[in-house]
Amino acid sequence: MKVTLFIPCFVDLMFPKVGISMAQILEHLGHQIDCPENLACCGQPAFNSGYWNESREVAIKVLNELKNSEYVVIASGSCGAMLKVFYSELFAGTEHAEAAKLLSSKCYEFSDFLVSKLGVTDLGAHFPAKVTFHDGCHGLRELGIKRPARELLGKVRGLELVEMKDADVCCGFGGTFAAKFPMISTAMGEVKCASAFETGAEYIVSNDSSCLMHVQGLLSRQGGKIKTIHLAEILAQT
Amino acid sequence: MKAFAEEFKQQARRLTEDLRHRAIIQTALHKYEVVRDKSKAAFQDWQAARQAASETKWDAINHLDTYLLEFVEKIEARGTKVHWASTGQQAREIIFGIIREKKARSIIKSKAMTSEEIHLNDALEEAGFDVVESDLGEFIVQLKREAPYHIVFPAMHLTRGEIGELFARELGSVPSDNPEDLTMIARRVLRQKYITADIGLTGANFAVAETGMISITENEGNARLTAALPKTLISLLGIEKVLPSLEDLALFLPMLATAGTGQPLTCYNSLYGGPRQPGETDGPEEYHVVLLDNRRTELLADAEQRDALHCIRCGACLNVCPIFRNVGGHTYGTTYSGPIGSVITPHLRGLQDWKHLSYASSLCGACTEACPVKINLHHHLLQNRRNASTQKPSAHEKLAFKLFAFVMNRPAVYEFAKRAGRLAQKFHPLVRGTRLDPAYGWTKTRDLPPVAKQTFKEFWKTRKPG
Amino acid sequence: MNEKDKILARIREALTVRAHFPGGRHDSTTGGEVGRDQRAQLGTPTAPFVSAPHSTLTPRPSRFDARSWLPLVGESFEARLALFQKNSTELKSTFHVVDDRDQVSKSLCNLRDAENWKKIGIHSGDLTDEANRALNLPVCCTDQPYDVTDLESCDVGITECDALIAQTGSVLVTARSAGGRALSVLPPHHVVLARREQLIADLPDAFALLKKRYAQNYPSFISFITGPSRTGDIERILVLGAHGPKKVTIFLL
Repeated sequence: MKVTLFIPCFVDLMFPKVGISMAQILEHLGHQIDCPENLACCGQPAFNSGYWNESREVAIKVLNELKNSEYVVIASGSCGAMLKVFYSELFAGTEHAEAAKLLSSKCYEFSDFLVSKLGVTDLGAHFPAKVTFHDGCHGLRELGIKRPARELLGKVRGLELVEMKDADVCCGFGGTFAAKFPMISTAMGEVKCASAFETGAEYIVSNDSSCLMHVQGLLSRQGGKIKTIHLAEILAQT
Repeated sequence: MKAFAEEFKQQARRLTEDLRHRAIIQTALHKYEVVRDKSKAAFQDWQAARQAASETKWDAINHLDTYLLEFVEKIEARGTKVHWASTGQQAREIIFGIIREKKARSIIKSKAMTSEEIHLNDALEEAGFDVVESDLGEFIVQLKREAPYHIVFPAMHLTRGEIGELFARELGSVPSDNPEDLTMIARRVLRQKYITADIGLTGANFAVAETGMISITENEGNARLTAALPKTLISLLGIEKVLPSLEDLALFLPMLATAGTGQPLTCYNSLYGGPRQPGETDGPEEYHVVLLDNRRTELLADAEQRDALHCIRCGACLNVCPIFRNVGGHTYGTTYSGPIGSVITPHLRGLQDWKHLSYASSLCGACTEACPVKINLHHHLLQNRRNASTQKPSAHEKLAFKLFAFVMNRPAVYEFAKRAGRLAQKFHPLVRGTRLDPAYGWTKTRDLPPVAKQTFKEFWKTRKPG
Repeated sequence: MNEKDKILARIREALTVRAHFPGGRHDSTTGGEVGRDQRAQLGTPTAPFVSAPHSTLTPRPSRFDARSWLPLVGESFEARLALFQKNSTELKSTFHVVDDRDQVSKSLCNLRDAENWKKIGIHSGDLTDEANRALNLPVCCTDQPYDVTDLESCDVGITECDALIAQTGSVLVTARSAGGRALSVLPPHHVVLARREQLIADLPDAFALLKKRYAQNYPSFISFITGPSRTGDIERILVLGAHGPKKVTIFLL
């Protein structure tokens, strides 16, 4: 298949390995990857802050660039939710409403694409470590994704998955919330880190880099033996 | 007004650092989760029940005038006096009017968040009336001169030791930290109050239109006693409490209990259709129902957010909210806290003054998932943000996002910004974590990841043929 | 314009704009937006809508038949009995199934002696009259106007009921079936005397029963009593007997 990989800004700039891993995996499965150079952002920061006009400026570009794509795989649960769910609200009652609906039907979060669309759970990956999984809220609640990541991790050789308490409770990132209400954001992150530590895992895995950025930021500053890694990075390890 | 937002941030800072308080709340809410999951599992189809409840409330709210009039007609036919109050002030005046007419001195109340909303207790106490809260949690916070911490669990932030000390200090009771002893102390004190009170005042969970009845859900029996013993009874309720049919309660009573406290059904679910009827030997001689608007009709007029009026005040959204768990109920500084409070307070008390509650959310969506009537809570928070920014944009934020759109839409500019970012981060360690740091909000407690040596776009370019 | 008219005017003005109907199940015949009276009419093919007070004790058919989603209740009397027993145990109500009235009287006398009852609160009824005679104690009878302090000094309140509900372990009472509003909640022990045929399946049945029995002239007070009074307001720790009875004993005859 021809798959368009949408790499949002923070993955591009700070976590390129996540995008690279996704591209490698999909190509390895025999699909042709196309990565629009002109796209950098889904527009969510402006949308979340209530500046929908400014968000629309960015989102319209996304609609145009992706209108000919057959499948769009998004390298982040929160940006995936933006394209698949929130674009409908953003463009409701505008001339782009139909285009937003069409794009929504073509969008997939990465783990969901592999398992639900391609029917693949075993990528031949090898990652001997004890890990625990954090469910990014957008992926979990807006996109309804919980099982795919666990099915994929279940097939990784040498990997032991331990579920943490409250795996589905928010890590506290929440986009601009993290900067506007840092004390609450930090408290939520601390609770998440504590849950992860309790499992004795070596890695916190997630399907959302924004969550990992927040948790890793806390761990680096406050000291913690546990490391963070994105699901795609594990799956690319052979 | 910036004051409310600043106060919120200050309280949030204080409470999030209070690890003891955080632990108390987490423990209490985990206990709730365990029983709630058990009760939910007993339903044959919880999701279908939610859908039915949501549709029923849609019917009720979107035909509010019809059902309200039917409710009033039916309950008036049994001898109840119905009063309509557009504002909190009017509601207080009506209630004062009844009290003065009855030459009453003492009032006993069962739990009514609506009475908190109109600051009734303060007004009554100032006017010299003796008013006592009979719900144990409300009784405790009334003694402590605090607002209820949670709409369902008013005293969940207090330990048994603190309550024991409070009782010893205010009631002169023998100091104890045994929950049973403490409950019995309250029971003894309140028993006399029920018997001697001139006026009983309750809230309502539902107002059944079809049969003209108020429905009250409780565990302790204090509402039943409040509605049984005093000669005059007043029920205060928001106009949105309407339910179309009597048998709607077959769905709503278990759902309210399951979502609210994790019980299959609470101990007492009672229906009141009027004062003492011919042939009945007890109950109030006079029954007054006060219907309160207090800007609910404004929320009704916002068709996008109208479903916030479907709320049955179960508190489930508070219980699952990670913000609530970490800052607690008092931090919100207003009657209705948690996600539902953040959604409706801008409508009831002013958008610009209370928009900060809508921003103080990571939009995780746990609230929407938990809501038994499927209110789209976290999407409403986004809409509040949009409405606030549209009504009164912050000049520098608007500029920032215009710049953001400019950068993101132009690859060359994005490229430039990236290079600038790489350069800037060389100097960042000099200011990191200090007030000069532009990313201080983040870097005070967290490290910021660096721009990668090779970004994804750069990597992808190297792969292109030619 | 008085406040009532002002509020209604605001409501009507607000409702001129439609709100989105909740997503999910949609009724194909009406497009999903169904008011209460229409809901009642959209009955199942075999069960026509009945609204008259004389309807049988089957639930009013409704598109929103809560029975499909509420916890399952067995069909037979035995199943219902077992479920009521199970619920009573969890609620910490005491539940006795007895063969005849003599056994009720005997059990009540045992309770009287064990708990040292000095005065009982009671109302007149087929079962309660016999209980009253058997106990032979000073009474506060709530069938006529009574003194609250008199009732407050009773050790027990003995009542009949409208129904026992298997699904929830509840006792359904009204001011008419249980001697008023206070008798079943003020004394520290509430004893319920019920008959076998009063054991019904679930909440929908309970509301149908209320309608059948009382429509047009409802008692001013109806209550579903589900176990002894309780609170969790102190550290979420369960304490019984917060304000209402600490003990509930149910006899099924």
